[in-house]
Amino acid sequence: MAYLIQGETGDWELVIGLEVHAQVISKAKLFSGAATDFGADPNSQVSFVDAGFPGMLPVINEVCVEQAVRTGLGLKSQINLTSVFARKNYFYADLPQGYQISQYDQPIVGEGELLIDLADGTTRAIGIERLHLEQDAGKSMHDQHPTKSFIDLNRSGVALMEIVSKPDMRSPEEAGAYLTKLRTILRYLGTCDGNMQEGSMRCDANVSVRKKGEQGLRTRCEIKNVNSIRFVQQAIEYEARRHIDVYEAGGDIRQETRLFDSAKGETRSMRSKEHAHDYRYFPDPDLLPLVIGADFVEAVKATLPELPDDKKARFMAEYGLNAYDSGVLVAERASADFFEGVATGRDAKMAANWIMGDFFAAMNSGGYSWEKPPVSAAHLGAMIDLIKDGTISTRLAKDVFVFMVETGKDPAAIVEEKGLKQVTDTGAIETAIDAVMAANPDKVAEIRAGKDKLIGWFVGQVMKATQGKANPAMLNELILRKLKE
Amino acid sequence: MMSELTRLTIAEAGRRLAKGDFTARELTEAHLKVMEARRGLNAFITETPELALESASASDARRKAGQAGGLAGGLEGIPLGIKDLFCTKGVQTTAASHILEGFVPQYESTVTANLARAGAVSLGKLNLDEFAMGSSNLTSYFGGVENPWKKGSDPAARLVPGGSSGGSAAAVAARMAMGATGTDTGGSIRQPAAFCGIVGIKPTYGRCSRWGVVAFASSLDQPGPMARTVEDCALMLNGMAGHDPKDSTSAPMPVPDFAKALTGDIRGLKVGIPAEYRPDGLNAEVARAWDQGIEWLKAAGATPVDISLPHTKYALPVYYIVAPAEASSNLARYDGVRFGLRVEGGSLDDMYRKTRAAGFGPEVRRRIMIGTYVLSAGYYDAYYSKAQKVRRLIAEDFTQAFRSVDVILTPTAPSAAFGMTDRSDDPVTMWLNDVFTIPTSLAGLPGLSLPVGLNGDGLPLGLQLIGRPFDEETVFKVAGVMEQAAAFTAVPEGV
Amino acid sequence: MSLDKGTVRAIAELARIDVPEDDLDHLAGELSGILSFVEHLSEVNTDGIRPMNSVADLGLPMRTDAVTDGGYAEAVLANAPDAIEGFFTVPKVVE
Ligand SMILES: [Mg+2]
Ligand SMILES: [Zn+2]
Repeated sequence: MAYLIQGETGDWELVIGLEVHAQVISKAKLFSGAATDFGADPNSQVSFVDAGFPGMLPVINEVCVEQAVRTGLGLKSQINLTSVFARKNYFYADLPQGYQISQYDQPIVGEGELLIDLADGTTRAIGIERLHLEQDAGKSMHDQHPTKSFIDLNRSGVALMEIVSKPDMRSPEEAGAYLTKLRTILRYLGTCDGNMQEGSMRCDANVSVRKKGEQGLRTRCEIKNVNSIRFVQQAIEYEARRHIDVYEAGGDIRQETRLFDSAKGETRSMRSKEHAHDYRYFPDPDLLPLVIGADFVEAVKATLPELPDDKKARFMAEYGLNAYDSGVLVAERASADFFEGVATGRDAKMAANWIMGDFFAAMNSGGYSWEKPPVSAAHLGAMIDLIKDGTISTRLAKDVFVFMVETGKDPAAIVEEKGLKQVTDTGAIETAIDAVMAANPDKVAEIRAGKDKLIGWFVGQVMKATQGKANPAMLNELILRKLKE
Repeated sequence: MMSELTRLTIAEAGRRLAKGDFTARELTEAHLKVMEARRGLNAFITETPELALESASASDARRKAGQAGGLAGGLEGIPLGIKDLFCTKGVQTTAASHILEGFVPQYESTVTANLARAGAVSLGKLNLDEFAMGSSNLTSYFGGVENPWKKGSDPAARLVPGGSSGGSAAAVAARMAMGATGTDTGGSIRQPAAFCGIVGIKPTYGRCSRWGVVAFASSLDQPGPMARTVEDCALMLNGMAGHDPKDSTSAPMPVPDFAKALTGDIRGLKVGIPAEYRPDGLNAEVARAWDQGIEWLKAAGATPVDISLPHTKYALPVYYIVAPAEASSNLARYDGVRFGLRVEGGSLDDMYRKTRAAGFGPEVRRRIMIGTYVLSAGYYDAYYSKAQKVRRLIAEDFTQAFRSVDVILTPTAPSAAFGMTDRSDDPVTMWLNDVFTIPTSLAGLPGLSLPVGLNGDGLPLGLQLIGRPFDEETVFKVAGVMEQAAAFTAVPEGV
Repeated sequence: MSLDKGTVRAIAELARIDVPEDDLDHLAGELSGILSFVEHLSEVNTDGIRPMNSVADLGLPMRTDAVTDGGYAEAVLANAPDAIEGFFTVPKVVE
């Protein structure tokens, strides 16, 4: 169902394009040897190059180029073997050179595609316009002093990939799905950690609206630097509504840059961007055209991991999982790997259920991560084996799992130690059944007279008598046999 | 003794230092004395006599310990001046601009670091046109430099040394320094060398590192040596040149021993004589010097070949689009935030506008504005892109010419040095000084100017030799032969 | 091409250089003179010619990804006209 906003004059459609700035994972900056770590002392990770000192020159970091190519391949995009760095000239407090080295008409990565997964289980292709490499600016702090802004250049020169989508999204949900999927892919590729809070992934949303069925695009506004997926969706919704209200009141939308105020849930015009823009792009004369060989691209391609869409398809085909479960498990490379660690050679559906059930619940209870999961894949697998070979019932397994999380011990050891082994000895179970039947002759009579509903009550009583350890299948079978005798 | 020491060439001084005839400290002291005596020329912005004596003593100590010779040899203990466009660690670097007054770099340019490693002694930082923008040295915030040469007809007139490396040229001509570093964007080494009767070479673009050199126009800027003989320039270039991984445009090529190229044998070489460099109205004395140069080369066994560089007349317009465009961007970093002058303002933009208006002189402001305009929306294609296309045609003219010749000979400048108050304010007229040097810069080729004689008024005239990319050796070789033939021994007043 | 006062004012603003109102006319004249000088280029046929942005005929050299620089905040701040607590400062910016 198409997402439409009802206005007074009819239904409106949203047109959304996203520009994501993804910080490249690299030790050093794009054009200098200064470190990229987050949270260092002010100006401590700054070289004279990053601070735009006289006579300083840029030299490109090979790994940043590799990461851009890797990301381009992950987004099924065209890789441009020749690309050109250009200067984007503007004055700003956190832009030490007075220009940003970016790529303009010849980016390193051209058109591609990203498949978004929607809540209803469907997928949609969103076009990628381009990906280019550029330098990050420094950071301005405006609340440290009554009359001054403070400038820290630690981020200045850190490599960013600007990933620009086509204006293909039509709802806040799609925008959210795009960001989620993009982040997943970047993490799979190891090219960006996708951390929006720390600013290593930042999103600018271009939003416009048009009447349902209208062709062509209306004026868009760019909402800058929104720092969570939820806020992006809120900002888009607010901005779309604002456009509709303006149009319906007979007004016009002015192309501008806006900020999202997450506390108020509103967007507002950005004062510092009110200047007429004229970036005066021209090829950076300090940098020659970046020419990479087809072999460079091939070498990167050879190291690409299996990507989420492929992995999801494989999980469905190979393990018989449904689309939803596969989608959940491949959302992170670590969860997919964990799943495969548990599922390989076992009942995959059972593995998926345990992971998405008790395991995720434990994971979310705090203090855990994929590096330090609540239980290891090997232990969880071993636990499933114990269920399968009848050592423990699924019900007992839930207790075993809790002990595993608490102690980190092998499930077999726990079963042994706590005496949780399921009773599969026919004689012991028969004795228990006989005792319950002897104590409840009236109920036995009712069942024999055809009141089958009471069978469940019997099972429960016998299970209680065996402290839950009776093998449920055996118990069921034996009860039926004895009652119907 | 002192004055004798300052008359030596670098090559001679090197030999005599090796023999122990005098120490580096004595040699440096002699030059410091002249530096003091000739302060009126305003060649230096910052003198560093203590540092100079310190490094001269260190050189003597190295020599005593048998470690002399530095990396490249030939510069151990030689006192040089450094154009104040090279960043020098701990020593004020101004680019002759108010906006950088007081700026003390915490890093050393690759070229000056190379020279120091080769054992050279720095005497201080030499005056220049502000941000190297000029052909007269009159745009310096620290005042113009005076040429030590005097007109026979008007000895009282103060003449310009040319620019932008005017302080370098004047210091070397007046024997304050044995050699000096220069930088050349459109003729800034060659034209002042010609005006001051010394030798200067702009090497091939990429031969010397630009790292640590205050940028004017990145695709054109190139450091190079200025000295009193061809051999001295070769020795200096040996010490300055080399691949620098910190400069992405630095050529990853081995550096030959340029001094070894001076074999004196140019038999069979073909020397191109471009028709376009002899426009109607070319100064007769300049034309005569050029013809004389051709005769010398013929006499030495080379063959002059008439060539055409058809796009020559577009070089100046191309340059005055490309260089200001790059400069407008390169000079955006002078904003009052991290170094240099700051004029406080009520807002960030106000601070920028005030700082840059106060910090830059009129020529720099003019070029920044032209550069800003030609890059701005709607004009990029008509100006900048067009200029870079014509630039390729100019470069291709040279490529074509070098299919049939080994080197090209032209005048260096359309005139001899002019008076400090002679020229009109019209910027374009001033720019015409560089008409013969700019095409080489646009094509990135090596170009050397050497003095070949005096004009009727007693002022030096220079000729330019242009070589193939990275073939400085042929340029030096031919220059060496011409130097012999010209036997230019005239010295400026006071030397 | 001749530039009017308004254009010169706009260029000065883009370049962040204060130009007193009184100087605009003079500057407009100068800049127009320069532009008419460079306009000779329009006579040259450049169809099919690629712009020559650099004479260096190399690929772009790349460096390895290693931390080799930075870590000297004092040196970076040493020339700052107004540094406070390890930061550069500018007049307060309102976003
Ligand atoms: Mg953008
Ligand atoms: Zn960007």
